[in-house]
Amino acid sequence: MRDRAASPHQGGWTIALIAVALLFMTLFLLLPLVTVFAQAFASGIPAYLAGIADPNALSAIRLTLLVAAVTLVVNVIFGLAASWCLARFAFPGRSLILTVLDLPFSVSPVVAGLMLVLLYGRQGWFGQWLETHDLRIIFALPGMIIATIFVTLPFVARELIPLMQEQGAEEEEAAILLGASGWQTFLRVTLPKLRWGLLYGVLLSNARAMGEFGAVSVVSGNILGLTDTMPLHIRAMYDDYNIVAAFAVASLLACLALLTLVAKTILERRFLGAQREARIA
Amino acid sequence: MPAHVAIQGVSRRFGDYTALHDVTLEIAPGELVAVLGPSGSGKTTLLRIVAGLEMPDRGQVLINGEDNVMRPPRERGVGFVFQHFALFRHMTVFENIAFGLRVRPRAERPSRADINKRVKELLDLVQLSWLEKRYPAELSGGQRQRVALARALAIEPRLLLLDEPFGALDAKVRKELGQWLRELHHGVAVTGVLVTHDQEEALELSDRIVLMSQGRVEQVGTPNEVYTRPRNPFVFEFLGETSHIPCRLLAGALATAGGAQTAQNGVAAAVADGESTLFVRPHDLGLRADPSGPATIRHITPSGPWARVEFLLEGRSLYAALPLDSIAGSGLTPGGTAMPLPRRGVLFADGRGTMDEPLHWAVS
Repeated sequence: MRDRAASPHQGGWTIALIAVALLFMTLFLLLPLVTVFAQAFASGIPAYLAGIADPNALSAIRLTLLVAAVTLVVNVIFGLAASWCLARFAFPGRSLILTVLDLPFSVSPVVAGLMLVLLYGRQGWFGQWLETHDLRIIFALPGMIIATIFVTLPFVARELIPLMQEQGAEEEEAAILLGASGWQTFLRVTLPKLRWGLLYGVLLSNARAMGEFGAVSVVSGNILGLTDTMPLHIRAMYDDYNIVAAFAVASLLACLALLTLVAKTILERRFLGAQREARIA
Repeated sequence: MPAHVAIQGVSRRFGDYTALHDVTLEIAPGELVAVLGPSGSGKTTLLRIVAGLEMPDRGQVLINGEDNVMRPPRERGVGFVFQHFALFRHMTVFENIAFGLRVRPRAERPSRADINKRVKELLDLVQLSWLEKRYPAELSGGQRQRVALARALAIEPRLLLLDEPFGALDAKVRKELGQWLRELHHGVAVTGVLVTHDQEEALELSDRIVLMSQGRVEQVGTPNEVYTRPRNPFVFEFLGETSHIPCRLLAGALATAGGAQTAQNGVAAAVADGESTLFVRPHDLGLRADPSGPATIRHITPSGPWARVEFLLEGRSLYAALPLDSIAGSGLTPGGTAMPLPRRGVLFADGRGTMDEPLHWAVS
């Protein structure tokens, strides 16, 4: 209390500023979230459940989880490999790769989706070849996975590169001199050292993967019950004036996002703690 | 069994920079050798090549007669203590020490009980049993250093390599740990190589010192040998503080500035007549107040039992270390003049190539 009294900005201004902040938070963050749940339950719980139990909705949920799972595996492997190369070795073209790695952050997801169509679509560069081999990428699951991987690719690597640079390679050298094989060193030393950073990166990319709309919508073709992920399904239901179904699925997606946020907060605390420890060491 | 190490003609370049130039060195089983040199002298590169963390461009590293250059580091049986310890931050002290035993192939891995027993022994050896459940971040620098040592000893190395082992510690802990390491080395049958830039550490701890500069070995010898019989100016200057006294040689006699000191020491036989420089340790240099002396005293600074007396002699700034008690009543005052009286020194044939045996000059 004494601290607050000593602050130079007291009285009316403080209260006004806090009020403005709270108003904006309520208007733009809290209220929309509440609306989602209010709309979802507007016609009662049975209607809500029906909206979710709809075969198309269930298929969209399954598809979202599948895309997210595949993306996660790819991101972990790519993120570890890329950050290891980029953090541990100096080679010509390294800074170029670092720049290209950020491309998915700066390119609009819709443009990303269109690029994939131009490459793999029927009229695209590889279209002819894919068609003769009877492979479908665009308007099918592979395209949606590729699009999702594209927009989420930098998350893990961007998290790990600074961490690996800060930690250096001495612990790995120590492990090898103590007789550990390359694989043992990776599993017992490198991976545990990076675990919080890795989890954090995975979580961020997962949140993005589940919520991705733009890139996926371009390549999916919105085939109901087949290439619909949750965000696409919500949009389709909403356009059909099926408000309750749309918001039922939306509430589910919101819950997933909230869960991710909670996990992220918990991780952030542990991760920052671990980093502080590392700096002392 | 402690290793015999023979480093033969090892060279290593990093781009344009020559880290090691044709280094040859032999280390006897059970010896504790200090590789001493300024930063950039190649000493850490040499250590990393012996460990296998770095490849030489040329040359061989023989351990017990076997060439190790192509052998992977994990098979060398070398214990390595890193300058910043490189403890596994996510493992407890116990797990850090057990690591080298746990990663052995199943056929060679000791049983869980044996690992426990071995780690406990090592914890006792480094006097850290009470810290076994702590994480590295919860230890002091000296404790981390001892954990790093125990971890390296766990694999029963034939050869223990220490990279600036006390570099990250404060002066008091450094002294204590140094003595402790020396005793430990006597108790464990292992050949030790210690890299350091601290000449005191090298002189106090090692059986032999290897002096390095710019990727070359300058001199190898016991601490007493390199200190009392340095082969060249670099060795003399690196092993302690140095005052360079201008002197003249004439017909076998040496005269320091002012013409005060002369000595017949067979000087003429090895060094031609003319101007030269006598290398003197500050504590081997006396000063006598003298109104017509060539030295002008600038400052007198007490430092412990010594007084550091800075003076100008023929344009050079030099200093002598005199017992503090002797200053009072000596007549030495800042601004006054004095006669420098070197008691002992070394004469190098500077500019005329390094001599195998420099001249050691002393007032008889």
